[in-house]
Amino acid sequence: MAINYKPTRMEMSRLKKRLVTATRGHKLMKDKRDETVRRFITYVRRNRELRERVERLMSEAMKSFVIAKATMTRASVEEALAVPAAPARIEVGSGSVLSVEVPKLTYIPTGEKALPYGVLGTSSELDAAVEKFSELMPLLIELAEVEKTCNLLADKIEKTRRRVNALEYVMIPQLEEAIHSISMKLDENERGNLTRLMKTKDMLKAKEQQ
Amino acid sequence: MADIAMIGDKDSVLIGRAAGLDVYFETDGAAAGRLIDRLAKENTRIIFVTEPVFEAAAETVNKYKSRPFPAIIPVPDSKGATGAAMRNVRANVEKAIGADILF
Repeated sequence: MAINYKPTRMEMSRLKKRLVTATRGHKLMKDKRDETVRRFITYVRRNRELRERVERLMSEAMKSFVIAKATMTRASVEEALAVPAAPARIEVGSGSVLSVEVPKLTYIPTGEKALPYGVLGTSSELDAAVEKFSELMPLLIELAEVEKTCNLLADKIEKTRRRVNALEYVMIPQLEEAIHSISMKLDENERGNLTRLMKTKDMLKAKEQQ
Repeated sequence: MADIAMIGDKDSVLIGRAAGLDVYFETDGAAAGRLIDRLAKENTRIIFVTEPVFEAAAETVNKYKSRPFPAIIPVPDSKGATGAAMRNVRANVEKAIGADILF
């Protein structure tokens, strides 16, 4: 028995109050867990779908990049890509899924379609590869947002589940047991008292009759 | 300073530069881990890493898992997807639900 208690009425009513709180907390936590899991499932489905798409498209882009490299010398590919394009920008916000802070990312298209290198000395295959990759960007950003959300939700669900289980299998049974044993003890005292009174009364009666 | 960075072997991530990403060539797990730490400090929001690097730097990656930023996202490299990223998604499901019910 982990809970220390004195067998008094005071203590029992205190424990009863704790039990009520624990039960209510348990119910709330359980609801929270169920709802988080429900949302998590929709997110993770989306995550899986996005990842499959990204993996397919990205492999394609990578493949065309390999072909592009084959049509040009290594040095000229590196030269063409040495100057970075206008940095890709995202709008960063944060949302909340059941009080879990999750990132909200929106891709801001740069607007310019121009390639960051000159046409001289570069092959059209490279253009195609770069274009494919650039088209992939919004998808990649969405994947980043959804995957991060899934990570965070999975973490939260694990924590909540632990709390639910701790309440359900440890706290609540312990409190119930403590309350039960206090009431047994109090009843026992009551009976002891009653017997003693009866006994004394009998003894007094016997004395009078003598 | 860009919002988005990409880490991986040269052949795979060079193309990211054309799309306006901050590109770093790194394949060693420990060095990639340090790089991720540095990028996180510099407020990079998304870090794309190729799957081999993602696995090599797993320790650092896990450290940032429970924070909203940066999002460290595995992507396939020039050799194609290895399945490491999908395994990661699956691990999430197992962690949250206790069983792999989606796949």
